[in-house]
Amino acid sequence: MTEADTILQWVAPRSRVLDLGCGDGSLLRRLWEERQAPGYGVEIDDAHVLECIRNDVNVLQMDLEDGLATFADRSFDCVILSETLQAIHRQEPLLKEMLRVGGEAIVSFPNFGYWRARIQIALGGRMPVSRELPYQWYDTPNVHLCTLVDFEALCAKLGFRVLERVVLTGGRRVHYLANLLGGLAIYRVSA
Amino acid sequence: MIVEARKASFGEPLRLRSGAVLPEFEIAYETYGTLNAARSNAVLVCHALNASHHVAGAYADDPENLGWWDNMVGPGKPLDTDRFFVVGNNYIGSCFGSTGPTSINPGTGRPWGADFPVVTVEDWVAAQARLADFLGIERFAAVMGGSIGAMQALYWALAYPGRVRHSIVIAATPRLSAQNIGFNEVARQAIMTDPDFHGGHYYDKGAVPARGLRIARMIGHITYLSDDAMMEKFGRQLRRAAPGFDFDIDFEIESYLRYQGDKFASYFDANTYLRITKALDYFDPAGDFGGDLSKAFARATADFLVVSFTSDWRFSPARSREIVRALLDNRRVVSYLEIDAPQGHDAFLLEDPRYHGALRAYFANIAL
Repeated sequence: MTEADTILQWVAPRSRVLDLGCGDGSLLRRLWEERQAPGYGVEIDDAHVLECIRNDVNVLQMDLEDGLATFADRSFDCVILSETLQAIHRQEPLLKEMLRVGGEAIVSFPNFGYWRARIQIALGGRMPVSRELPYQWYDTPNVHLCTLVDFEALCAKLGFRVLERVVLTGGRRVHYLANLLGGLAIYRVSA
Repeated sequence: MIVEARKASFGEPLRLRSGAVLPEFEIAYETYGTLNAARSNAVLVCHALNASHHVAGAYADDPENLGWWDNMVGPGKPLDTDRFFVVGNNYIGSCFGSTGPTSINPGTGRPWGADFPVVTVEDWVAAQARLADFLGIERFAAVMGGSIGAMQALYWALAYPGRVRHSIVIAATPRLSAQNIGFNEVARQAIMTDPDFHGGHYYDKGAVPARGLRIARMIGHITYLSDDAMMEKFGRQLRRAAPGFDFDIDFEIESYLRYQGDKFASYFDANTYLRITKALDYFDPAGDFGGDLSKAFARATADFLVVSFTSDWRFSPARSREIVRALLDNRRVVSYLEIDAPQGHDAFLLEDPRYHGALRAYFANIAL
């Protein structure tokens, strides 16, 4: 099971989707092909924008840090932020904007509470480097890492409801001690 | 690529947005590539202020005179003429071959001059639709342009939704700002207050309002470049060993602007310049919809590619994002590129691998 498989299950057929930080557009392509869900991607990176155009998906080259002012209230059924949350500088306003623009939000991120990360810090005394977090601390796009518990606390603070949660490690679903055993968390939330 | 300029004549009168009627007109055009049997591969390219129907390639008797968008259009280029049938056209009111102020007024047998009506983007597009009919093109695979050309590409999608599959809108604005109009008015005043203008009837007098034209061009040129690009190109570099403490050319930028102004005044028509700037000022497709661009776009059915350049302060990325917003509101298929380019408005004419790569990929995905 992959992250994309999880997201696809959560998106109802023919939903209108906005994928923030959409990369090469492969998720949008699958959403169109498997869910007939028309979507738009937002991406800043030139190489990724070009891949999106090659993939024949709608891509809008914009900086998420500038907010979502281009998008009208409730203009999407679902707004996706896939493994991008940790690279955003101002997360609170973006999360609020996602649920202004969309009825639901899907947010995924690498879990900083994963036991391998904890051990590297606790025993090795070093910032974790792993499959999920492959960067050195001084050379990383990730500026705001968090754990499952942290994210759920933020959702509570913002008044978001967590509708569903899937936690994955190495492509397998984690059912117990998710904040310790989970490498990647995917949430479906609403206002 | 060896190309040939042609002319198409239209005897049916054209009613203009102003209410004036053009009794007959000609459009100068060029074509590149071959129209396929299904007539599904035609692309109309629309030009900006000082360009023409000569989009790509060179004439057999003038090999140095390359088309203005030769880096974009041609065999193997982003808009590949091995696959597409590309039509370059000169809009009416221009001075490069289509009917304009320098043409003969059939009513008087003399050049139109000041009597040539004020034409608009809407009128250009209506005339281009006649050209499409003449060429047997029911529906364009794409209509494409930069700057004023982008206004035409955009308006095609609104005026003839059934005749455009893709609208490619580059370095555009949905309407001019007060500042944009202000620059245009300074340019017009420079021309109209030139003693050689003679109220627009200067052809008879053997005069050319060259002083006004060159000032108009100098102002225009400043708005086409970014502050950074100008500083990079010219800096504060002097043309002479030391400041002269007089009013001859001290700085490189002065020399450049004077050169550009003189060059422009030697080939461009002042009456045409006045009309093009007015066409720009009047363009406002949201005007009929209480200023609501989203409502204006409700008619559009085309897919859109919108491209802006970060350093373009004449038609800034924010203007292009207004277009994107209106398209999103109408749930149109749209992609938007914001190219981080330093050159300003003129970037749309230059070769940039990100810009050209994206257009190449976009055209490759247009089914024929």
